[in-house]
Amino acid sequence: MAKVSMTVNGKAASGDVEGRTLLSSFLRDSLGLTGTHVGCDTSQCGACVVHVDGKAVKACTMLALEAEGAEVATIEGQANADGSLNNIQQAFQDHHGLQCGFCTPGMVMSAAALLKDNPKPTEAEIRDYLEGNLCRCTGYHNIVKAIMAASGQDVSSIAAE
Amino acid sequence: MYEFEFEKPSTVAEAVAALADEDAQALGGGQTLIPTLKQRLAMPSKLVSLTAIPQLKELSDNGGMLTIGGAVTHAEVAEAAAASYPALADLAGHIGDPAVRNRGTIGGSLANNDPAACYPAAALGSGATIVTNTREIPSDEYFQGLFDTALNEGEIITAVRFPVPEKANYQKFLQPASRFALVGVFVAKYAAGVRVAVTGASEEGVFRWREAEAALDASFAPDALDGLSVDAGGMIGDLHGSKEYRAHLVGVMAKRAVAAAG
Amino acid sequence: MPKDQGIGASPKRREDVRFLTGAGNYTDDINVNGQAYVHFLRADVAHATINSIDTSAAAEMPGVVKIFTGADFAEVGGIPCGWGVTDRHGNPQQEPRHPIIAHDTIRHVGEIVAAVVADTLEQARDAAEAIEFSLSDKPAVVDMAAALAEDATKVHEDLTSNLCYDWVFGNPDDDAVQAAFDSAAHVTTLELVNNRLVANPMEPRVAIGDYSRATDEYTLHTTSQNPHVIRLLMCAFVLGLPEHKVRVIAPDVGGGFGSKIFHYAEEAFCTFAAKACGRAVKWTSTRAEAFISDAHGRDHVTKIELALDGDNNFTALRTNTMANMGAYLSTFSTSVPSYLHGTLMAGNYKTPIVQVNVKTVFTNTVPVDAYRGAGRPEATFQLERVIDKAARELGADPIALRRQNFITEFPYETPVALTYDTGDYVATMDKLEQVADVAGFAARRAESEKNGKLRGFGINCYIEACGIAPSNIVGMLGARAGLYDAATVRVNATGSISVMVGAHAHGQGHETTFPQVVADMIGIDESMVDIVHGDTGRVPFGMGTYGSRSIAVCGSAMVRATEKIIAKAKKIAAHLMEASDADIELKDGQFTVAGTDKSVAWGDVCLTAYVPHNYPLEELEPGLEETAFYDPANFTYPAGAYACEVEVDPDTGKVSIERFSAADDFGNIINPMIVDGQVHGGLGQGIGQALLENAAYDEDGQLLSASFMDYAMPRADDVPFYQVDHSCQTPCTHNPLGVKGCGEAGAIGSPPAVVNAVIDALQSGGKNVTHIDMPLSPARVWAAMNG
Repeated sequence: MAKVSMTVNGKAASGDVEGRTLLSSFLRDSLGLTGTHVGCDTSQCGACVVHVDGKAVKACTMLALEAEGAEVATIEGQANADGSLNNIQQAFQDHHGLQCGFCTPGMVMSAAALLKDNPKPTEAEIRDYLEGNLCRCTGYHNIVKAIMAASGQDVSSIAAE
Repeated sequence: MYEFEFEKPSTVAEAVAALADEDAQALGGGQTLIPTLKQRLAMPSKLVSLTAIPQLKELSDNGGMLTIGGAVTHAEVAEAAAASYPALADLAGHIGDPAVRNRGTIGGSLANNDPAACYPAAALGSGATIVTNTREIPSDEYFQGLFDTALNEGEIITAVRFPVPEKANYQKFLQPASRFALVGVFVAKYAAGVRVAVTGASEEGVFRWREAEAALDASFAPDALDGLSVDAGGMIGDLHGSKEYRAHLVGVMAKRAVAAAG
Repeated sequence: MPKDQGIGASPKRREDVRFLTGAGNYTDDINVNGQAYVHFLRADVAHATINSIDTSAAAEMPGVVKIFTGADFAEVGGIPCGWGVTDRHGNPQQEPRHPIIAHDTIRHVGEIVAAVVADTLEQARDAAEAIEFSLSDKPAVVDMAAALAEDATKVHEDLTSNLCYDWVFGNPDDDAVQAAFDSAAHVTTLELVNNRLVANPMEPRVAIGDYSRATDEYTLHTTSQNPHVIRLLMCAFVLGLPEHKVRVIAPDVGGGFGSKIFHYAEEAFCTFAAKACGRAVKWTSTRAEAFISDAHGRDHVTKIELALDGDNNFTALRTNTMANMGAYLSTFSTSVPSYLHGTLMAGNYKTPIVQVNVKTVFTNTVPVDAYRGAGRPEATFQLERVIDKAARELGADPIALRRQNFITEFPYETPVALTYDTGDYVATMDKLEQVADVAGFAARRAESEKNGKLRGFGINCYIEACGIAPSNIVGMLGARAGLYDAATVRVNATGSISVMVGAHAHGQGHETTFPQVVADMIGIDESMVDIVHGDTGRVPFGMGTYGSRSIAVCGSAMVRATEKIIAKAKKIAAHLMEASDADIELKDGQFTVAGTDKSVAWGDVCLTAYVPHNYPLEELEPGLEETAFYDPANFTYPAGAYACEVEVDPDTGKVSIERFSAADDFGNIINPMIVDGQVHGGLGQGIGQALLENAAYDEDGQLLSASFMDYAMPRADDVPFYQVDHSCQTPCTHNPLGVKGCGEAGAIGSPPAVVNAVIDALQSGGKNVTHIDMPLSPARVWAAMNG
C-alpha cells in the first residue's frame, strides 16, 4: 500500500492504495465519488472520463498513483457554486441529451474538455471528439445537439425537439 | 490485475535501475498496458512509470529534424508538430480518442508495436531513429514483427528523431470496432526518395511497400501506383476484412495519401 | 402555445439532475457493510464434460470465504423458461435443465463453472486461478444447420436432438400455400441472416445478495428491468424461497434493451451465497463477462418467398426460419422467434396467405433472448427486404408497390392471428415522403456521384405489436405469466401523490412522464406527483418494462387507479359541499358542484380523507389510496415508414448514413421530447445492427467479437441527425390513454431501410448486387461489389 494525495474537485483528497489501484477505483471506492462510471475494460466506452490537470482522461485506464499531486475534476464538481447545473449540464437536460444516465458523466466531462479547446465546434467536430464516448440510448442526436447548444449555437433548426 | 509495485522515477538512470528488477516493466501512458493487465494477460512484478522524467517530455525542432521525447503524449505531438511536420501531427491527432491521446505516448506505442497502431507507420515511413538509453536504432531495423522490436529487456525509448520530409500524408482506414487501423498507409517524400509504410495489414506488422516507393520515386502521383498491389498472402484476414480486402485497401490508401500529400 | 405540463407537454426530465451531477444510484454504487466479492470462473471452452473439479488449493488462498461448484446447486431448481411453445405436431418444446453453475457439462463459453467468494475481488480472482479441472472436450455445435443434422453432437444428451421446437403459424396447409405460389405471376425469394447481436447497455450487470438472520429476509440488488418478475422466478423456480421473505431492488439501471429482463444465474447465486457465506455477496460484471454471459439477441437464418399476381398484389408469403436458442433457454427465449415474430409477418400488407415456419435450435453458444424489438425486427427485416427485391425484379417503384398492398381498413384481422385495431399507413408514408424529401433525392444523388460516391435511397414500413397481452390469450399461446401491470396511487394527507408502478425506468423517463398523466387527470402541478419503481419492498406488484409496454399497460393501470382516486375524492367533496357526488366536477384541482359556485380544493379533500372529522364514515373508508391491475384487451400497433439515404465509397465499400427519416404513428403521445429520444435511440441501434454489430462465433464456439475491440458499437460519427416525425396519430382504441408505445420502433424499422438503401446505391453504380447480409461492413460491401 502507498499513500496517494491529489486535489479532487478543489478539495484535498488522499488515501492508501495499491500499485494496481485504478484512478476510477480510488474515486469510487475510496472517495465515494460514484458518478465516475466503469462501462468497459478496454478503454473505449468513456463513462469514466475525468479531467486530470485539465485534460480529459479515462480514469479506468490510469493508475491512482499516477495522479499523485494532480488536480482531478469529476462530474460531482461540475455544477455551479450554488448547486445549479452548469451550462453543459443544463443543455443536456434542456435537449434530452441523456436517457439511462450511465454514459452521461463521461459525456459531460468530454464535452467540457472539447469546449475548453474549441468553444464553437461544428457538428462534425463534436461527433469526431466523442469517438471515445459510447452511448447506447440516445443515438447521439440529442447529445450532439446539447453540446452545440451549450456552446451558444442556435440548434432550433435541428430536427425534432 | 495481479499485484505489482509501482515506481515513478524522475531520471532515465533511475528508471533503468528500477527496470533491472526481474519482471519489471516500463509504463508509458498505459493505454494498452493497463487494459492488458486488467485481463491478467501480463504479470509484471513492478511498473516503472516514465511519465515524470523531464528528459522524456522534451520536444525539439532542429531545422529539418523533429525530436520527440519518449513520454510525449499523442495530444502533445498533435499540437507541437502541427507546423513542422503536419502529417505526423495529423496522425498523432487521430490515434484512439481524445482521452487516450492525453495519456498515450509515442515511446509506449513504439515499444508495444501493435500491428494496427499508427506510430509504427510514421516512424518507418519517415525513416525515423529510435533513440534509447543505450543506442540509436534506425526504424528499418527496429520493427521485427507483431509486438516485437529491437528493444532489449529494460531498454527505454528516450526519444524518436523524425527527419522532416518535403511532403507526407497518412491515410487510415478504420477497423469499425477498435478504431485502430484496418489499414494505414504513411507516405513521405524525401530528397533521398519516397518511403511508404503500411500498418494494420500485414501478419508481420508494419512494413515498407518497396514497389510503391520505387514507382513514386519515378513519379510522385497517385496514378503512379496503378497496377501495383501487395500480395494478399501475407495480409491479415479476420472478422473485419479478408486478406484480399486488406491488400486492396493498401493500394487505395496509398493513392489517397499521395494525393493528399500533394 | 404548447402547454408546459400534462399530457402532450415536454417538461424537462426530473431524473436528469441526479444523473448530470453524478448523484445517480446504480447498483454498483451500492455497497453493503461487510460484503464479500464473488468472481465467477467461466468456461473458456464451448462444450466439454467436467470430469472433476479440485478446489482444495484455491480454498486455502488468502481471503477466500467459500467456493461453490455445480454440486452446490444440484438441489436447487434450474433457471426457468417463461414460455412453452407447442410445436406443429402438438408436442411441447424440448426444455433442458438450466443450472446456476454447470454441473456435469459445459455448454457454452462463459458458462459459470465455479464461483469464488472472497474478501476482495482480486483475492477471488487469484483463488479462481488455483482451481483445477479435468475436462473432456466435446465437439462444439455452432452452426444451426449442422446442429440439426441427424448425426450432430447433441448440446443436451438428455434431449432427443438439438431441435427445441419446429413450429408453424398462419396457414398450416402446405398444399394450399403451395397452390398460391404455383398460381402466382411472380415469386421473389430471398435468403438472409438476421445477425446475432449483443445488447450492451452501457451499465454492465451487477448483483448484490444480502441475508438477514434477524428476520430471515433476503435482499437482492440487481440491474433488472423487472424486479418483481425476478423475485417470482428466483423464489418459485430456482431457490424455493417464500416470496415475502425476498426483496428485489433494481435502483437506477443503466439501460437494458431487453438484456436485463431475464433472470440470470448470478442473481440467484448472490442471493443463495449471501446466506451460505453469512455476509453480503457482490458481483459486478466486467464488459468482457457481459459479452459471454448477457443473453444475446436476433440470430435468425431465413428463406422468405413472396408471391404476387399479375397486378403486383401480394398473394402469399412463406418463410422458413432457423432461430438460435444458444445452449439454454433464457427466460423469454422461445417466445421471440415464435409469437413475437410469426404474428408480425403480415406487416402492413393485406397478403391473404401467410405461412411461417420456425425451427429453434440449441447450440454451444450464449443463450439468445429478446433484444429491443424481439422478433418484430426479424419479421420486418425479411418482409421489407423481400418486397424491395420484388420491386426491383418487377421494375416497380418500391413505395408504390408498398402503397398498393397496404391494409387500409381497420380493424383488420391478419392471417397470423392479430387484429390491428387502428392505423393509417398511407398517412405515415405521405408524411415520410415529405420529411425525407424524396423529391430532392435525384439532385442529391447527382451531387454524390460528382464526388465519386454511390448514393442510395431505401424505404421501409413496419408495424409492431406492443403492450403484450391479454393474459388469457398469451396463456393459451404458452406464456407462463400474466402480462398485465399494476399501479398504486397513494395520495398523502397534504395532497401530494406517490404512484407505485410496476414498470421500471432505465432511461425511458417514467419519473417525468407518468406524473404528467396523473397531474393532468387531477389538474394539479406535476411537482406534486412522484413515481416509485424498482423495489418489490415499496411497489406492491408489477411486471416491469419490455415490449414498449410501460405507458400502454402500466400507464393504463395508473389511469385506472387514478380514476378510482378521483371517484372516491368526489364522494368526499360531495359530502363537504353537501351535494350529490354525481354532480361533482373536477377541474384544475378544484371540485365544484355543477351549476353552483361551490368549490373545494384538491388539498382540502385529501386532508379530509386522512382527518375524517366531517366525513361519511358509515359509507366510505378514510384514506385515499387505490390500486389497479390492468390487463389489455389487445396489443397496440405502432406503425410507420422510414427512409434512409446512404453514400457508398466504391473504392472501399464504406457506407455512410447521409439522411435518416422516420414517420411514426404512436397514437396519442404523453411527452413528445421523450418519444423523439426513444426513436433516436432505436435508430442508433438499428443502424448499428445494419452496418456495424456482429456477434460472431468461430467453429469451436469461441466468440470472436468478445469486446468493444471487435464488436463494433455505433459511435457519434457513425450516425447523422435524424428527421423524426410523429404527427400521424391514430389513437389506440382499447386503452384509456389511446397510446401505443414507442420504445422499439426505431430498432425495428431501421435495418431494412439501411440495407435497401445500400442495395439501391450499388445498383445505381451498375453493380448487380441483390442482397448483402448484415452488418454491411466495408469489407462485406466491397466483397459484394467485387464478387
